[in-house]
Amino acid sequence: MFENLSERLSGVFDRLTKQGALSEEDVKTALREVRVALLEADVSLPVARDFVRAVQDKATGQAVTKSVTPGQQVVKIVHDALVDVLRGAEDPGKLKIDNPPAPILMVGLQGGGKTTTTAKLAKRLKEREGKKVLMASLDVYRPAAMDQLAVLGAQIGVDTLPIVPGQKPVDIAKRARQQAMMGGYDVYMLDTAGRLHIDQVLMQEVEDVRNVVTPRETLLVVDGLTGQVAVEVAEEFDAKIGISGVVLTRMDGDGRGGAALSMRAVTGKPIRFVGLGEKMDALETFEPERIAGRILGM
Amino acid sequence: VVRRTLDDDMLEQLEELLIAADMGVDTALRVTANMAEGRMGRKLSTQEIKELLAQEITRIMEPVARPMPLYPKRPQVVLVVGVNGSGKTTTIGKLASQFKAAGKKVVIAAGDTFRAAAVEQLQVWGDRAGVPVLTAPEGSDPASLAFDAMTRAQADGADLLLIDTAGRLQNRADLMEELAKIVRVIRKKDDTAPHNTLLVLDATTGQNAISQVETFQKLADVSGLVMTKLDGTAKGGILVSLADRFGLPIHAIGVGEQIDDLAPFDPQDFAAALTGLDTQA
Ligand SMILES: Nc1nc2c(ncn2[C@@H]2O[C@H](COP(=O)(O)OP(=O)(O)OP(=O)(O)O)[C@@H](O)[C@H]2O)c(=O)[nH]1
Ligand SMILES: Nc1nc2c(ncn2[C@@H]2O[C@H](COP(=O)(O)OP(=O)(O)OP(=O)(O)O)[C@@H](O)[C@H]2O)c(=O)[nH]1
Ligand SMILES: [K+]
Ligand SMILES: [Mg+2]
Ligand SMILES: [Mg+2]
Repeated sequence: MFENLSERLSGVFDRLTKQGALSEEDVKTALREVRVALLEADVSLPVARDFVRAVQDKATGQAVTKSVTPGQQVVKIVHDALVDVLRGAEDPGKLKIDNPPAPILMVGLQGGGKTTTTAKLAKRLKEREGKKVLMASLDVYRPAAMDQLAVLGAQIGVDTLPIVPGQKPVDIAKRARQQAMMGGYDVYMLDTAGRLHIDQVLMQEVEDVRNVVTPRETLLVVDGLTGQVAVEVAEEFDAKIGISGVVLTRMDGDGRGGAALSMRAVTGKPIRFVGLGEKMDALETFEPERIAGRILGM
Repeated sequence: VVRRTLDDDMLEQLEELLIAADMGVDTALRVTANMAEGRMGRKLSTQEIKELLAQEITRIMEPVARPMPLYPKRPQVVLVVGVNGSGKTTTIGKLASQFKAAGKKVVIAAGDTFRAAAVEQLQVWGDRAGVPVLTAPEGSDPASLAFDAMTRAQADGADLLLIDTAGRLQNRADLMEELAKIVRVIRKKDDTAPHNTLLVLDATTGQNAISQVETFQKLADVSGLVMTKLDGTAKGGILVSLADRFGLPIHAIGVGEQIDDLAPFDPQDFAAALTGLDTQA
């Protein structure tokens, strides 16, 4: 249904003569196709616009060697630029969870995959880094949300904070901190209820939680299939709560994952992990090259 | 009132407005071109332009705005499918409550035997709606639960049997086959069932919704759509592409997490929100 960028560009460049360098007109023509490819991959419009402008400057005047076609040359320039944005200027290093007990706050829209990712990450920290992890659900709204986390905890052998019905999220967070300190945990993870970025009451609630525990990491969990709203969601969560990283879920689907570029571009925060399934092992570190290829349909 | 000439620049701005609402590039181009036909060069106010655009969208959406049809079948079997986290279980709770209020005898089957606490989640919704929920142990075969649920709903003389299913991404052939098996088993009890297969789509989803509809329709015979999470800022513009391409009816929209937050799909309201007419003074 969607053509990939190479196909799109091969059509465009058939009409162009091979020259020594990419002219401004060549690049303009090609970048119109790039823009469409990005939008079809769900890159948010303002991000696609900025990206194309930056590539325009970079590509104009670049030499086309004999071994490649102008189309291939543009694809390469675009691909490399995508990888640059996705990777970011500096290496984010490891999660900042050294001082025990280190709180990790998980936030995001409804149904994005927070609870599942909380458990996956807990399992990873336990198995790969030998951390003693406590998980607590602050979701007092969604039916059986707390049970969900408790079941996952039992599956992966990670402790969950005992459920006390009727407690408020901030109080649960305090109890989690206390238990983490007394129980000698290295990390405590706070899974929160899904919330809309425009829901002032619920955004305030998670701000209050943040103020109480001062998380070492605040991870925004987003569905990799997210469309144009990605920019707004990332900006709002970052502005109100201050996120330190992003987890992109459902990348086992056939979505193109343009939200990754949007999130990275507007927040400047690293994409830490991608979710690749429902199983507890289906969490991998983020590879910019892979996502860049997907966005371009390659 | 400032009037501007409807020219190429203006058209491009309108296209972008629609693209930013997840309509997709092709459909956005088509919708704006149709709207502009015979009007190029005219001077129009922003309000007028948005109204014209909204009219065009309404025209496309009106044929698909249809409530879930009810049939003289007992039980009428409604299978609810979709990708992970789209809102299937919540929508079942809302539907159960609406049908119950309309005097129907409703039974729910908790066909998500996979996800942690999926059954408990649905049981809470059943309690809220005042509707019984049939369950099976975690990890058991959802098809055999569906079969048992059919038996029970028939014996009880239920009007409606709502079957929840586990979330699955459409590119997972094994999980799609599991869905096909549920359908085959249901048909052993009633070869006209399921009478409705609802695909639940999340409004925050972008262009992947097209692939979702395509595959779920092919493998699970989708008969109608529900779009959830329209209470957020996502406009669900992909529905316009879907209407154009598949023509499947849109039965309802989810506008919140409470039991009453399910509304009929209204093409005019939808078009107004999409074009920003609703927020205009
Ligand atoms: N295929 C796939 N499914 C996932 C992934 N991550 C989570 N899920 C599924 O997505 C659905 C929602 O996940 P949850 O963890 O409940 O999402 P949540 O953000 O906690 O949801 P709320 O608490 O309701 O806001 C479940 O069916 C998960 O199994 C992933 O990477 N791939
Ligand atoms: N804001 C909003 N949230 C919704 C809506 N519908 C569902 N949700 C929320 O979305 C999340 C996921 O909903 P579920 O009903 O569990 O989704 P599901 O499709 O059954 O998920 P899986 O079974 O895990 O695949 C929950 O937090 C719901 O409260 C809606 O219309 N608006
Ligand atoms: K909305
Ligand atoms: Mg959750
Ligand atoms: Mg469910």
